Amino acid sequence: MTMHATNAATDSGTASGAGARLRLDPTRCSGHGLCAELLGEHVALDEWGYPIIADRAIPAQLLADARRAVTDCPALALRLDIAAREGAARL
Amino acid sequence: MATQPSDTSVYQGSDFRRLLPYPDRSLSLEQHRALYGPASYRGAPQVLIDEVRAAGLTGRGGAGFPTYRKLEAVLRAAGGAVVVANGAEGEPASCKDRTLLYSDPHLVLDGLQLAAEAVGARQAYAYIHPDQRVLRRVREAVAERVRAGVDRVPVTVVEAAPRFIAGQETAVVHRIEGGLALPRYAPLRVSERGIGGAATLVQNVETLAHLALIADYGAGWFRAAGTSDEPGTLLATVHRPNATPRVIETAPGAPLGELLGLDAATAAAGGGSAPRAVLIGGYHGTWLPADRATALPLTNAALRAEGASLGAGVLAALPADCCGLRETARVVSYLAAESAGQCGPCLNGLPRIAHALRVLAGPGVHARERADVSRWAGQIERRGACHHPDGSIRLVRSALTVFEEELWRHGQGMCVASNDRAFLPLPSPMNPPRTDEDWR
Repeated sequence: MTMHATNAATDSGTASGAGARLRLDPTRCSGHGLCAELLGEHVALDEWGYPIIADRAIPAQLLADARRAVTDCPALALRLDIAAREGAARL
Repeated sequence: MATQPSDTSVYQGSDFRRLLPYPDRSLSLEQHRALYGPASYRGAPQVLIDEVRAAGLTGRGGAGFPTYRKLEAVLRAAGGAVVVANGAEGEPASCKDRTLLYSDPHLVLDGLQLAAEAVGARQAYAYIHPDQRVLRRVREAVAERVRAGVDRVPVTVVEAAPRFIAGQETAVVHRIEGGLALPRYAPLRVSERGIGGAATLVQNVETLAHLALIADYGAGWFRAAGTSDEPGTLLATVHRPNATPRVIETAPGAPLGELLGLDAATAAAGGGSAPRAVLIGGYHGTWLPADRATALPLTNAALRAEGASLGAGVLAALPADCCGLRETARVVSYLAAESAGQCGPCLNGLPRIAHALRVLAGPGVHARERADVSRWAGQIERRGACHHPDGSIRLVRSALTVFEEELWRHGQGMCVASNDRAFLPLPSPMNPPRTDEDWR
């Protein structure tokens, strides 16, 4: 029950990007807002400029933008979980 | 595990003396041993976990998570394990953990040793509220045990930071490692990767006391109190109008109205002096109208149906002459000040919500502030590294529902409060965190 689905990139669904999720470390984020610029389809900003990330998998056509958002985040607060299963990160 | 239907519940009375047989004394090791005997070691890891599972013990720190699952997760994790007795009790309305620690520290420390055996840990910590009387007593108790040579695993006592969220699991780990008692964003649970990277069991002190008694007397004995779905006893801190807060040992199934001294008929009639609202679970808890709460049994099943939960066992009946909006504004202002300020939604949202609540607590119609609070609550939900924003808005939302009539009254320039007296306890003096030192 403590196992993680970390290396499940070979799942049949990954061709369509199914399961790729954008994760935010809210303690690192300082609201630069770049992620919302780069990935507006998936990231909105709250009234104070901090990201609200859609609670769904990243569609395949947005994966490249999502990777860019992760690498360009000035606070290094974003991470892309490939094919992380729902609830796998939590016991 | 077969679950029995809940109509076979065995709740018996509301006055138990399992954990606090002598609440007014502080038991020495010798006195504790005379009552309970030595800790009932099982001789190997895992064995006690099966007993705890059969007992149906759940965490008494607030989340109510099945204890055996945490124990198993730590046992299964590779590498060494560490166990922590969590007595931070940062909740100002709760004093049950400190009461237990002072009255019988050895019951908690027995539980800590037994938990260490169950998960194969070689190191243990007691993370204790900065109340110096309690801290000193726990340190003495650990020294007594060292002298008597009764412990198998060394115990280090660590003073908890005097902060509301100091007992949050990742904050506990951080503090014990020598850092600040700040929650961390962690993809892994502390049961997989905690203190120094080791699998770490962080268990509330009351839970450990129950665990020690389960080791002594067995799952069947434990289940002789409570209900079949929520067995055992629990400690609660009860706040009633015109009375000193009291720690009681009761059991799931007890009539909530009786515990809070609410008379069902008076509450329904809304009589002048009867409390109109109760707070369940603490400052991350839920307000309920008194007439609804009176009829409920004290079980998470019944409370969840009303949107509430037992939390760490805080029960408060708001005096009829206290304004629920004012009380909530005071508490939420405190909660906002206690934010670690690490996550944008909490840092930005809670102070604004608190300010709007202070406006709503005053006279006049404030439609904009009310709309702001609802919108901000929705915006910050589930976006913190810890549960602080979610718990805080839970309290706020229930207040706006339960005190709707009071909002209307304020719009008319009136208020139920007939005096300035505050009811819900807050630290005095208020000492909001400003520097890193405030998180040690």
